[in-house]
Amino acid sequence: MPDPKLDDFIAAAARALDLPLEPQWQAAVKANLEVTLRHANLVAEFALPDEAEQAPVYKA
Amino acid sequence: MSDDLSWATSAAIAQAVGAGAVSALNVIDDAFARIEARNPALNAFTTVTADRARRRARAIDAMRDKSKLTLAGVPFAVKNLFDIAGLPTVAGSKINRARPPAQKDSPLIERLEAAGAVLVGALNMGEYAYDFTGENIHDGPSRNPHDIARMTGGSSGGSGAAVGGGLVPLALGSDTNGSIRVPSSLCGTFGLKPTYGRLTRARSFPFVTSLDHLGPFARSTRDLALSYDAMQGYDTEDAACADRAAEPATPKLGQGLDGLRIAVAGGYFRKGASPEALAALERVAKAAGARSEIEIPEAARARAAAYVITATEGAALHLDRLRKQARDFDPAVRDRLIAGAMVPAALVVKAQNFRRWYRERVLELFNSCDAVLAPATPCTAPKIGQQTFMLDGVELPVRPNMGLYTQPISFIGLPVVAVPVPLAPLPIAVQIICAPWREDIALRIAHALEQMGAVQSPKPDL
Repeated sequence: MPDPKLDDFIAAAARALDLPLEPQWQAAVKANLEVTLRHANLVAEFALPDEAEQAPVYKA
Repeated sequence: MSDDLSWATSAAIAQAVGAGAVSALNVIDDAFARIEARNPALNAFTTVTADRARRRARAIDAMRDKSKLTLAGVPFAVKNLFDIAGLPTVAGSKINRARPPAQKDSPLIERLEAAGAVLVGALNMGEYAYDFTGENIHDGPSRNPHDIARMTGGSSGGSGAAVGGGLVPLALGSDTNGSIRVPSSLCGTFGLKPTYGRLTRARSFPFVTSLDHLGPFARSTRDLALSYDAMQGYDTEDAACADRAAEPATPKLGQGLDGLRIAVAGGYFRKGASPEALAALERVAKAAGARSEIEIPEAARARAAAYVITATEGAALHLDRLRKQARDFDPAVRDRLIAGAMVPAALVVKAQNFRRWYRERVLELFNSCDAVLAPATPCTAPKIGQQTFMLDGVELPVRPNMGLYTQPISFIGLPVVAVPVPLAPLPIAVQIICAPWREDIALRIAHALEQMGAVQSPKPDL
């Protein structure tokens, strides 16, 4: 289910970031943010040790 | 070399030009004639650089020792995010057209030209490389040479169309999440995404610096290897470029499959694959003698993390342009970037932390195998403008999901050769994935498969 609170978050984030957000863009931005947050939460729920850290300059 | 230069390999052209059997100028003029004839249908080129190309070709023809040039007289073109001296680097956008002209060529262009290749132009791409379709709202879509009603794949769509359509034998593209491998698959070309940090990205317009790679498209594995070898070498101008000596792959190309342990990726990499993708994988696996199946752990989460890093780093790159020129973006790109700017930083850090964990787990797999095979795309080329497709019985948007199988691999910078399987009516590619810095093995396997006839760049009827 889409989260109606996300509309409030988007409006606040747009103000905080000084991003223009025309009303006709809202639905697509929201849909994209929902997908990105779903991906982000899939990663975040994976338990990593507290010591896990990113590579400052990634080396393959 | 055949009289039909439209399908000649770089290796054959270089040999003929080097031996004086044909002039570089003749080759370049022939390429421009073909571009003029075919580009109206394919929309691969956004700029041609005729004057500099002819000057360069004449200079090569005047050289006494041109037989030493591995790419003598080979016409090539670059995705229009590479700096070309004298031109603004547009990166598929409207906004960048106002940039001042680049002062110098990208070092990869310089290195290819030092090997005798001749730059003939810049190629169409998805806006700011945030794309898997090859469509561009400002320049129009690049079109698939095997069916011009279909997508090239993106974001290096012009590179796929130019090489797959016989306009040039060699092109450069970029690959952040699959943008070399996806158009290679859809257009039936060979594509090399080298190890992260192998080829310098200096003087190219970035997208996601954590994930950006540059690499070549060609119609043969030898051409991939020749161009890759010419482009290797450390460059202090790119912070991620590894301080590593060049490791030429061309001399090892003919070593065959003996002694190599090749596996097929299962699980995630089969879910959602179309019958064509699975048929291509089976054909390549059989030819390569790949009997074992391995599971790349947490591939779905890796793809999710790549998605998050892409959205957020891309948003950071374009934040100022979003504030000042939001209406000048392709709306599909703009709306994704605005959403990316709003993702909480804690979630981005977790995605980067996960990347390091995942890298360790995947590298362990290479203790028991030398290469892993996986589909490059879930399906053959969709129609231009098609918004959704069915994967595993689920309707999904085309644009983000063409990279389903490429994203978990580039996420940790592994080298990959995409090899085209000439299925009818449309080709589709398989990824040959190796451990970091083992491009030589991926190219060697690709070459053996090509010699067997299992993979081939199919010639379109244009």
